[in-house]
Amino acid sequence: MSLVSLKDRRRQPGGLSSWLDRNIRWVFPLPAVAVLFALTILPLLFNLVLGTQDRSVSDALPSRFVGAGNYLQALNDPRFWNATKLMFQFTAIAVPLQMLLGLGLALLLNRKMKAQGIVRALVLLPMISTPVAVALIWALMMDPNLGVLNYFLETLGLSRSLWLADAQLVIPALALVDIWQWTPLVALILLAGLQTMPDEPFEAARIDGASSWQAFRYITWPMLQASLFAALTLRLIDALKTFDIIEVMTQGGPGSASETLNVYAYHTGFEFLRVGYTAALLTLLLVIVAVVAVSVNLLRRRV
Amino acid sequence: MLFPFAWMIMMSLKTQVQNTAATPLWVFAPTFENYRNVIERNNFLQFTKNSLIVATAATGIGMVLGLPAAYAIARFKQRGLSLWILISRIIPYITFLLPLFLVFTKLKLIGSFTALIISHLIITLPLIIWITIAFFEDIPTDLEEAALVDGSSRAGAFVRIILPLVAPGVVTAGILAMIFSWNQFLFSLILGGPNTKTVPVAVFNFLSYGSQDYGAIAAAAVLITLPIILLSLTVQRYIVKGLTSGGVKG
Repeated sequence: MSLVSLKDRRRQPGGLSSWLDRNIRWVFPLPAVAVLFALTILPLLFNLVLGTQDRSVSDALPSRFVGAGNYLQALNDPRFWNATKLMFQFTAIAVPLQMLLGLGLALLLNRKMKAQGIVRALVLLPMISTPVAVALIWALMMDPNLGVLNYFLETLGLSRSLWLADAQLVIPALALVDIWQWTPLVALILLAGLQTMPDEPFEAARIDGASSWQAFRYITWPMLQASLFAALTLRLIDALKTFDIIEVMTQGGPGSASETLNVYAYHTGFEFLRVGYTAALLTLLLVIVAVVAVSVNLLRRRV
Repeated sequence: MLFPFAWMIMMSLKTQVQNTAATPLWVFAPTFENYRNVIERNNFLQFTKNSLIVATAATGIGMVLGLPAAYAIARFKQRGLSLWILISRIIPYITFLLPLFLVFTKLKLIGSFTALIISHLIITLPLIIWITIAFFEDIPTDLEEAALVDGSSRAGAFVRIILPLVAPGVVTAGILAMIFSWNQFLFSLILGGPNTKTVPVAVFNFLSYGSQDYGAIAAAAVLITLPIILLSLTVQRYIVKGLTSGGVKG
C-alpha cells in the first residue's frame, strides 16, 4: 500500500473508468474490428484454402489437396471465359451510359428549381428499391408477348423484340435495368461535387463573357474530376459483381448467354455444389475486380 | 424514370385478363384482389416478419458495435478500419458466403435467424461505420472537452453528449442499414430456411414455381418496395448525405 498509488487513485477515481479513458482509442473499435475480422478476413482466407481443394459441400466425400488444379481447370474452361467476357460486356454497356446520364441528371438537378426536395426524393427511388422487385417488374415489362416495352416499340413503328429471350440482346437488356437503377447514384455523387464548388470562378467567367459550354469545359469539368472518379470506381466494382438482377431475371440464360462470372460461381457452388472449383472462380473474380479498381485509381492520379 | 413504378402499381391493380390484354389498358377499374391473394395465400406477413427480425437485429447489433468504432476513427484519425470497409465493398458477397455456408452447415445453423443476422452484419456494420464517421467528424471537439473538464469520463461524454448530437447520422445510418438488409437477396437465399425465409427470397421462389399471375407478381413487388420507400421519404434529406458519403450498395 504505497503512498503513490493512493494518490493516483484519488486523482483518478474509478479504476475501470480511467483505464477506459486512457485506452478508448482501441477499446472502442475493438469489438467491430473483431467481428469484421471474423466475417470478412477469415472467410476470405478460408476461401483461398478451399480454392486449392477438390471438395464438395457434403462431408461424405473426402476433400483432397489439388494445389493450382482448380485454377488450371478454370483457365481451360470455356464457360469461365464466356462468363468473364459477359461480365465485361455488361459493365462496358452499363457504366459509360450511367456516367453520361448521371452527369446530365446532376447538372439538371443542380439548377435552382421548385420542388427540389420532391425531385431528389424521386431520384432516390430506383436505387433503394429491392433488387428482386426491380428484376421482377422489368422482367414483366420485357415479356416478349405481353410486355409493355414491346408495345412501345410497336407504337414507335419498330419491330418487337425478344428482350431477355434473345441471346444477343440479353446482356444489353440487363444493362438497361442496371442503368435505370444506378444512374441516380452517379447523379447524387456528382451533385454533391457540384454543390461544393465555389461561385467565384463562375462569376469571373461570366464577366469575361465565357459561354456556358466554356464554363462547363474549363471550370466545372476539371473540378468535378474527384467526384467522377469516385462514382466511376464504385459503379465499375458493383457492375462487375452484379448478381441479383441477373439471377432473378434470367438465371444466366438463355443457355449461358447472360451467365456472368458471379452468376456462374453461384451456380457451380450452390447448384452443383463444387466448393473447391467455386472458390477458385471467386478468387479469380476478386483479382479481376481488384485490378480494375486499382487501375482506375492509377488513372486518376495521372489525370 | 418513374414509369416502372407506375406500371408496377397499375399491373398490381388489374385482373389477370386485363394484364394479358394484347394492348395495354391505361384506364381500368382497380381491384385489390392481387394484394389479397399474395398476402393470404403466400404467407406474406410471416416473411415480412422474418425480414423485419433480421433487419432490426442486424442493424441494432451493427449500431452497438459500429458507433463506438466510428467515433474512435473520427476522433483519433484511425484509418485502419476503413481497410475493412474497402474490402467489404470490393469483394463479391458470395466470396464470404461460401465459407460461411460451410461453417454454418457444420454448426447446424443453416436456416436459423442467427445465421442470417450474423451474415447481414457484413452489410450493416461497414455501412453504419462509414456513414457515421462523416457525422462524428462534424462535431466540434470543444463540447466533449468541456464535459471531460467537468469530470465526465470519455465513455460517459460519448453516450451523454456526442451520441445525441449525431442523432441525425445515427438515424440515417440505421435506416440505410435496414433498407440494405431488407433488400439483401443472396445471403437470405443461401443461409435461410423455410422458417426464416425473407421477403425477397419468398417472392423469388413464388416466381420460379412458374407463376404466370402477373398481377400477383406486381403486387408482391409493390409490397416489398413500399415500406422502404415510405421509410426513406421521411428522412430523405439525410439519406442523400448517407448514400453519397458511403456510396454503398447492398
